[in-house]
Amino acid sequence: MARVVVDVMLKSEILDPQGKAVERAADRLGYSTIASVRQGKRFELQVDGPVDDAALASIHELAESLLANTVIEDFTVRVEDN
Amino acid sequence: MSIDTTAQAAATPDAQQPWSELGLKADEYARIKEILGRRPTSAELAMYSVMWSEHCSYKSSKVHLRQFGDKAPKTDALLVGMGENAGVVDVGDGYAVTFKVESHNHPSYVEPYQGAATGIGGIVRDILTMGARPVAVMDPLRFGPADAQDTQRVLPGIVAGIGGYGNCLGLPNIGGEVVFDQSYLGNPLVNALCVGVMKHEDILLATASGTGNLVVLFGAKTGGDGIGGVSVLASETFDADGPAKRPSVQVGDPFTEKVLIECCLEIFAEDIIVGIQDLGGAGISCATSELASNGDGGMHVILDSVPLRDATLSPEEILMSESQERMCAILEPANLDQFMEICAKWDVDAVVIGTVNSSGRLTIEWQGEQIVDVPPRTVAHEGPVYNRPFSKPASQDALAANSASSLARPTSADEFVETVLALVGSPNLADKSWITSQYDRYVLGNTASATPEDAGMVRIDDSTSRGVAISTDCNARFTMLNPYLGAQLALSEAYRNVAATGARPLAVTNCLNFGSPEDPSVMWQFSEAVTGLADACLTLGVPVTGGNVSFYNQTGETAILPTPVVGVLGVIDDVHTHLSHGLPADDLTLIVLGETKAEFDGSEWAHVVHAHLGGQPPQPDLEAERQLAEVLISAATEGMVSAAHDLSDGGLAQAVVEMCLRGNRGATLNLSGDAFTGLWSESVARAVVAVTSEQSAGLLALAQQHGVPAAVMGTSGGTSFVVNSPDVTFSIALDTLRKVHTATLPALFDH
Repeated sequence: MARVVVDVMLKSEILDPQGKAVERAADRLGYSTIASVRQGKRFELQVDGPVDDAALASIHELAESLLANTVIEDFTVRVEDN
Repeated sequence: MSIDTTAQAAATPDAQQPWSELGLKADEYARIKEILGRRPTSAELAMYSVMWSEHCSYKSSKVHLRQFGDKAPKTDALLVGMGENAGVVDVGDGYAVTFKVESHNHPSYVEPYQGAATGIGGIVRDILTMGARPVAVMDPLRFGPADAQDTQRVLPGIVAGIGGYGNCLGLPNIGGEVVFDQSYLGNPLVNALCVGVMKHEDILLATASGTGNLVVLFGAKTGGDGIGGVSVLASETFDADGPAKRPSVQVGDPFTEKVLIECCLEIFAEDIIVGIQDLGGAGISCATSELASNGDGGMHVILDSVPLRDATLSPEEILMSESQERMCAILEPANLDQFMEICAKWDVDAVVIGTVNSSGRLTIEWQGEQIVDVPPRTVAHEGPVYNRPFSKPASQDALAANSASSLARPTSADEFVETVLALVGSPNLADKSWITSQYDRYVLGNTASATPEDAGMVRIDDSTSRGVAISTDCNARFTMLNPYLGAQLALSEAYRNVAATGARPLAVTNCLNFGSPEDPSVMWQFSEAVTGLADACLTLGVPVTGGNVSFYNQTGETAILPTPVVGVLGVIDDVHTHLSHGLPADDLTLIVLGETKAEFDGSEWAHVVHAHLGGQPPQPDLEAERQLAEVLISAATEGMVSAAHDLSDGGLAQAVVEMCLRGNRGATLNLSGDAFTGLWSESVARAVVAVTSEQSAGLLALAQQHGVPAAVMGTSGGTSFVVNSPDVTFSIALDTLRKVHTATLPALFDH
């Protein structure tokens, strides 16, 4: 069964309070080389049948309508090797 | 990329500039060139375009809003009037409160959660900027039909955003409104109110005075969010352009705001700043130009000093960014170290970005080059002013003539029961706890009364029993039928709601939500509503302390119902004497105060049962309203009533059902006249009170003393809502009423 991964990230111009909190914590813990952190969401979808153009188009639609809030988030869709 | 410096602007007078895309009109662009004696640089163009937008300059509303000042009643209570970030009123014992309501309608449509959340964040910073500690918030909301698909999208997000931000800040949300109407589909209204408390001597103003003083930017870093939000979001309608042209919205961080509040309050307490301004719409452009023009008139800013979240931002973007949770302070150099120490303690970034001078110019440099050189007043206060044409819409007379008087009314007992249940369960009158239970109403421990009471009430400080009560109201159907009277009715209702808790109404704020000012019909509604409200404020002796205008609330060519939301703030000496509406015991006598007339046009009954809107709204009677308030306030202070509830939407039937459900006991109404009129008229200046046999005579005498009609109409007790009248007799079990009243919103949104 093929696996498709959808990564959702806040758009680059949008403030990411969670990433900022992680960034500050990393600095407090002494990881001083970490310049910035942005946090996102990763969805792993197991897909029945072939991952062809039609399947990817439908996953794209799912991501756009459910997984990501496209007003403030971007997403990428990629197929993972088994 | 080359920098568009002031020198270059002078050298290249004919360079093409995107003034039209930035929302400026040809004559406005010409005026900027006249002011500067050359073409503006791109940075100056950005500043002027955003500061001269409708949202920041009030260019269409200014000529009308002057009435709030011109007709302001004389009162000693007003410490700071209109024009500052928020008005301030004296509430006694050396305390002052500041309150204001603002709109965040368009951002909340685009991104409901963040739009509503940053609406709270913005109004809280406005209140903080006056030197006050924010103590409570409220949200008047308007949505399309409750069962419409887009309402399903925006309502849960907006409610979650308000709850998320407000709860994280630790501010109780003590009231507001939720109203559904077709006209808000595609343009919901999200208004946010905040109230703050301070001592008289702590009032701060947005001013930059003292040559040599420093300009400090502190709080969150500046990013690319909400760029152009003010000029674009607040000035254009949503149409078929699709998502691609939607501007990016801002994301708020309530925890940053919380530390910013505490940091500011400590700075205020140390008395080390000269002036302060929050960064809201138009960001640094707005804060620097307003501070400079309110002070000595000159300021130099080094824009490279602004801490950035995104290093690729252009100077124009930095000037226009609406990144949240930022403030700008003016202080003497001697106090800088102490200021920085406090900021460091709260983990708040702070950096000096400029200095105050006496040049009379706001100058900004970027990479060593001068990119802005303007007279700050022309940016902040001397924007264009329009006398927009207005005319009564052609359809208005036909609308006014289409009275609800000929609509079919219930006659049989079954039909009366059906009508009661239809209204009690209708989205506008149904129980709102699905929404309000997502807000924290009691955090801080000072809440004396909150939703669903007539007004929210908080103690102003732990050390006192003194409190303030606030109610926001507007029946936009009434305003549609007659904007002059409708605005007065909004004030009437908010005033009555405050009095019904036992507090004395003191001051007014407003959020005037209308369609496009370029439409003469909308401008007529606006002009009528402002005049009506200003006249009524004068009569009732409550000044308008500030507020907000939101235009362009429309979908395509169709404007929303004119919605001038009016907030009234009142003071109560001892919150322990406040009145609530639940029936606390059996065998109490129910007395209706005020006169009931046959007024059904624009009523909730006409709306719910017949989907009808036409005729003339109830006739306001401000003198009767004032007398009723005197009775309610005295009755509360003297302990002469056991419960009180104002009569408004849904009339006596709705009010008594709510009293029953809140007190979990029944009531019997004995109506002497026409039962339909008695139950569902929406006449003004009325309230229902419940009294014990000991309280009864005193209350009746008090009412008589103030010339307020008082009629004994029933008693509390039992497990049903019972109505006896010459025409009809019926009874509905409380269990049934409760089921119908509470099921509506969960059924629509709980999934």
